[in-house]
Amino acid sequence: MFDDLRDLYQEVIFDHNRNPRNFRVMDDANRQVEGFNPLCGDRLTLFLKIEDGVINDASFQGQGCAISTASVSLMTEIIKGKTEAEAETLFTQFHEMTTGKSEDIQLEAIGKLAVLAGVREYPARVKCATLAWHTLDAALKNQAQSISTE
Amino acid sequence: MTTFPVEQIRADFPILQEKIRNKPLVYLDNAASCQKPQAVIDSIVHTYSHEYANIHRGVHTLSVKATDRFEGAREKVRAFINAASTKEIIFVRGATEAINLVAQSFGKSQLQAGDEIVISAMEHHANIVPWQMLCQQIGTVLKVVPINQQGELLFDEYLNLLTDKTKLVAITHMSNALGTINPVKQIVEAAHSKNIPVLLDGAQAIPHMAVDVQDLDCDFYVFSGHKLYGPSGTGVLYGKQALLEAMPPYQGGGDMIRKVTFTETEYAGLPHKFEAGTPAIAEIIGLGAAIDYLNQFGMAAISAYEAELLAYATEQAQQIKGLNIIGQAAEKGGILSFTLDRIHPHDIGTMLDSLGIAIRAGHHCAMPVMDFYGVPATARASFAMYNTRQEIDVLMQGIKSLIEVFG
Repeated sequence: MFDDLRDLYQEVIFDHNRNPRNFRVMDDANRQVEGFNPLCGDRLTLFLKIEDGVINDASFQGQGCAISTASVSLMTEIIKGKTEAEAETLFTQFHEMTTGKSEDIQLEAIGKLAVLAGVREYPARVKCATLAWHTLDAALKNQAQSISTE
Repeated sequence: MTTFPVEQIRADFPILQEKIRNKPLVYLDNAASCQKPQAVIDSIVHTYSHEYANIHRGVHTLSVKATDRFEGAREKVRAFINAASTKEIIFVRGATEAINLVAQSFGKSQLQAGDEIVISAMEHHANIVPWQMLCQQIGTVLKVVPINQQGELLFDEYLNLLTDKTKLVAITHMSNALGTINPVKQIVEAAHSKNIPVLLDGAQAIPHMAVDVQDLDCDFYVFSGHKLYGPSGTGVLYGKQALLEAMPPYQGGGDMIRKVTFTETEYAGLPHKFEAGTPAIAEIIGLGAAIDYLNQFGMAAISAYEAELLAYATEQAQQIKGLNIIGQAAEKGGILSFTLDRIHPHDIGTMLDSLGIAIRAGHHCAMPVMDFYGVPATARASFAMYNTRQEIDVLMQGIKSLIEVFG
């Protein structure tokens, strides 16, 4: 019945929505930033533990739609063990993939995150996927205040 | 069902023949904006093709014709809400501008620091923010009437909030997020017993029921044309003549003056005093065409038909496991706001869209209502006179299917 949506709602997204990874408060986090999408009311808190420029742990709390929950869940998985510089590069690549600015983006380079490429066909939903990454970007730049997609 | 001519009405709305994502459009976002009948579209085309010029200025034929049509629309609006005089009908861009006008003109001239303005917990942001801005500007205080879990105004709490300090009540006639229809006549009576004027936000109510401002005895009534099957960019502020006379202009400019020199300006009389600049001429004439269109059927018949639609939709929705209806007031208009367990409203919105069904997902410009129910957002199906039981069946089938897909 929802054949048209297969590119947007892939099984991986349903899986992460049902069982979000790293969904917990991190007591020893040294970065904590709140992300907010005023358009839909989605709110998430991202926790990071960064030591010597390496993201040793990442977790989140909050509620959102399947796209935003899957996006932040996948993100926390993929950035663990990455350096801050590598995470920033991923942010840029992810942003380009979801906003469709770069048609020939190397989907292999961002691995699992490619399941979210479908949002670029749904302009109203792009912010759902990018909220997590904007929040990460703010955390990496050590902006303590909450950030908003608007 | 009644013999309401819904198929005839549907044929009058060209957009209802559109396909969305290869499916017939099921348009259930009427609380955000209604679609337009051919009569309104034709009216705009006719104005620009044959009768357009600026109004109230020219001696030439077209200007006189356009002015006649424009003022004719004012008379149609007056009759539609049974105002006593066309002097009480001010054309604005929409309900939002009308409330801002009252806040800035009536509020600033009649209220002072410490005075209280009573609103309710189910207001649209348009009936919250203008008052908050006024409070910041002149030090008035906002008081909020709470609601119960069904989404009904707590009337006793309302009465308690009416004190010697209360100088204005501003309450919605019908909630856009919950569908609640407020007991506005009693609200007005209670306020008037203490000489407090009342503004009613009629943005949601106006397309769904007969509104008689003299019977309601409200002091201000505001609504938007685009929710009344008319063009966007049109709206109406009704105000009692004596109140409007006492209020200073909201904006200055052309059309609102009698005489201007560099030392002083004499303002025009009502309603022009509040209509600075060139208005949305063709659109307001189009609003008049929308009212003519609705009058063929009568608001009572429209109201009865929509009540049947809502009852059917509610009954069907209650049978879906995991669906929670937000807003279950005893007196309710055609709005079905709901959440689904473990499925976010935005996912509901996207999935239904893929089936050609347009609903709203979000906070509906009523964030305090969302906070009250502890949800970030709801999905909202809102009905109009051109919707059918079959469309509600399509909606319900879509909801059941997406629940299955999410598992």
